[in-house]
Amino acid sequence: MIQLSRWKIVLLALSLVFGLLLAFPNVLSPEQRAKLPGFVPKNALNLGLDLQGGSYLLLEVDVPAMRAKRVDNLAEDVRVTMRDAGVNVNATQREEGGVVITLADPGQTETAYQALRRLVGGANQQGVVERAVTREGNGRLRFAFTQQAMDSMGASAVDQSIEVVRRRIDSLGTKEPSITRQGSNRIVVQAPGESDPAALERVIGQTAQLTFQMVDSENSVQQALAGAVPPDAVLMMDEDGVTPLLIKRRVLVSGEQLTHADVTTDQNGQTAIGFRFDGVGAQRFASATSSENIGKRFAIILDGKVISAPRINSTIPNGSGIIQGRFSIQEASEMVNLLNGGALPAPLKVEERRTVTAELGADAVQKGGISTIIGFIIIVVFMLGAYGFLFGGVSVVGLILNGLLIIAAMSLTQASLTLPGIAGLVLTFAVAVDANVLIYERMRDEARAGRSVIASMDAGFNKAMGTIIDANLTTLVAAAIMFIFGAGPVRGFAWTLTIGVFTSVFSSVLVAQVLLGYWLKVAKPKKLPIADAETVR
Amino acid sequence: MTWWPLIKVLPQKTNLHFVKYARYAAVLSIVLCVASIVGCFVPGLNMGIDFRGGASLEVSKPAGQVIELEKVRESVAGLNLGDVGVQGIARLDTNVNDGSTAIVRFQVPEGKDQTTVVNEVEGAITAATGQVTYSGVSVVGSKVSGELFTSGLLALGCAIVLMFAYIWFRFEPQFGFGAVAGLLHDVILTFGLIVVLRLEFSLNMVAAILTVIGYSMNDTVVVFDRLRENLRKYKTMPLRDVIDLSLNETLTRTIITGVTAVLVLAALAVFGGEALRGFSIALMFGIIVGTYSSIYVGAPIILLWGVKRGELNDDAKPIKLGMASRP
Repeated sequence: MIQLSRWKIVLLALSLVFGLLLAFPNVLSPEQRAKLPGFVPKNALNLGLDLQGGSYLLLEVDVPAMRAKRVDNLAEDVRVTMRDAGVNVNATQREEGGVVITLADPGQTETAYQALRRLVGGANQQGVVERAVTREGNGRLRFAFTQQAMDSMGASAVDQSIEVVRRRIDSLGTKEPSITRQGSNRIVVQAPGESDPAALERVIGQTAQLTFQMVDSENSVQQALAGAVPPDAVLMMDEDGVTPLLIKRRVLVSGEQLTHADVTTDQNGQTAIGFRFDGVGAQRFASATSSENIGKRFAIILDGKVISAPRINSTIPNGSGIIQGRFSIQEASEMVNLLNGGALPAPLKVEERRTVTAELGADAVQKGGISTIIGFIIIVVFMLGAYGFLFGGVSVVGLILNGLLIIAAMSLTQASLTLPGIAGLVLTFAVAVDANVLIYERMRDEARAGRSVIASMDAGFNKAMGTIIDANLTTLVAAAIMFIFGAGPVRGFAWTLTIGVFTSVFSSVLVAQVLLGYWLKVAKPKKLPIADAETVR
Repeated sequence: MTWWPLIKVLPQKTNLHFVKYARYAAVLSIVLCVASIVGCFVPGLNMGIDFRGGASLEVSKPAGQVIELEKVRESVAGLNLGDVGVQGIARLDTNVNDGSTAIVRFQVPEGKDQTTVVNEVEGAITAATGQVTYSGVSVVGSKVSGELFTSGLLALGCAIVLMFAYIWFRFEPQFGFGAVAGLLHDVILTFGLIVVLRLEFSLNMVAAILTVIGYSMNDTVVVFDRLRENLRKYKTMPLRDVIDLSLNETLTRTIITGVTAVLVLAALAVFGGEALRGFSIALMFGIIVGTYSSIYVGAPIILLWGVKRGELNDDAKPIKLGMASRP
């Protein structure tokens, strides 16, 4: 074991070379790193948000709200279909992602069934039939989303939301944001550097569902306020927030048909939002503004709020126009970004938010660095004191290689180094010497038992190895659990600890074997320098 | 030849009768454990926002200026947010508590929008004490905090179960019980320390406790390894003597590794800044307790259960060494 085997020297040399190569980019500035040729690794340590400053947001996609809305639309479809088919419906109940209707005359069941069959439609792009109709007897019919459709609704809502959030954050000019899915319905947004967390939240939080709906001109607002709201309309406040408006439920054109929005000015020089619809949208918009509607008003509604309710002066055939309102340029440009980014399929709720300024991060890096260096010095002094310059020195060399390999491995895997991660690193150094301590103490034991220098060193390595592996596996298990259950910075800690366990066992054992083997060969010692005084013969 | 200083201080070959004092140690441990468990309920853990939801703002002014904590407390309390905590902390750049930096913690009432509440609080603080900067802001929703708490406890439970399984598999069931008793002891006492020092129980603290678990096992495994080996070596030696022998043989290692770890963590607690202080203190304490427990909890419990030595002897060749003449 202690013999200077060639493969160990090669392994040590290789680990040194790779360690230096992979850790090297950390001493360069980002500009210098960018100039490195392609084959050279150029990844430096990836600092977590707590170390470089930035914002972390955990968003939850409100899938139940979206499903409920889809069921609303489905119920509305069923109502219109039954009315058109001339079927009288006694009762409509919501049930498991759809509705159950009870017909007034069970004899109409077949007519109703056939009408609803047409509403089911074909399979979607994924080949999934989304809706199903079933007869339940006694004049009852169930029209509902299929289980598959309900399941995929949630998943696709999260995917779509991620896309939309990405576009919106990009429009803010945030550098290198990371947007990832977490669990079944959550999204994690990490925006490093100096970004405005409030703006980030404001921009992400908007659903941005834009609709154009007619203002109800036939019914009186006064009567509606008294409680007589027509079934096809809804009461909303005008853009000023005080004047009530009666607005038709039917959506003329929605944000999905929007191809482009920009900030512009109206004829009075006020800030306005310009928009353009696609073919379908333009057609619908043209018919909504056709001559029969001239003089009437329509409402432009964003996320359930009327932002403008202009009067129709003329037909708009080309599907483009402007939204006038009392916006500041800031508001207008945020709204334009929202519209261009697209609507979120479901509302997003901010569940967790952590923000750290860059100064605080830089400070944490500095403090972490100082404590790491001080910790390192303590260990060096302690090991040299306990085992002398030769054996202690060997441990210190192993420790330096260990540090190098940790930086190399962290840079290579691009795992984030967090503040607790630095603590993990410091702790790793402390425990790294444990392998050496175990080996050296074994050697002393063997020397005490009267063995020769070579025999005790050999046995020291052999016997300590099992203990070292057992002891470190436990730390590895703890780290694995932290990685599985932990979130954010705790994961960083777990990862640093894991890398540290591997590199420290590797470097402390290998360095000791090679260096002490070399020393044995050259010095041919007669006694073990770390043996107890009284047993040295 | 032993000219380097520490070797004279460190025991080279000890002959301490650990087991003799195990009874007293057990009483001490049990009393402390019970006190810690009680302390976790009354007065209870100082839960951070990670686990109970709410917000925490780090507020600072330029060096030399003072944030009037009392004014801040009053202004925030005026917003009816329930439990509001305002606490002065050390400055980030100088590490000195000169009154220019504070942490404000509060709950976000059920049903209110977090962002709105945080903005209100920021407004109130600025109104009370003048222009300040918010260097760190954390807000955790009650849903997430509940989940974090559950997963934190789950992680601790999982760690203990896995360690037990590991020791059972690698050693003997008796060793497993001893190890887990030691582990529970360390975890419970660390919780006790968190209560006594009013450290904030946060996600980082869970990481600290998991690390304590890892370290404590590490220590216990080293002792058990030697114990198993000695049980094979000295077939006829009474169990308590084998335990004493093994503890003595591993003592130097235990001290060196433990002291290094504690010193390094002390450096972290002193120089690592506010964010890592509680974390390092808990870790440091856990390591000290972990070292103690591998000597006084893990090994003596094996004595209580006894070990079937026949099985252990199967593959062992007895080695006759000069040490068999130990008392």
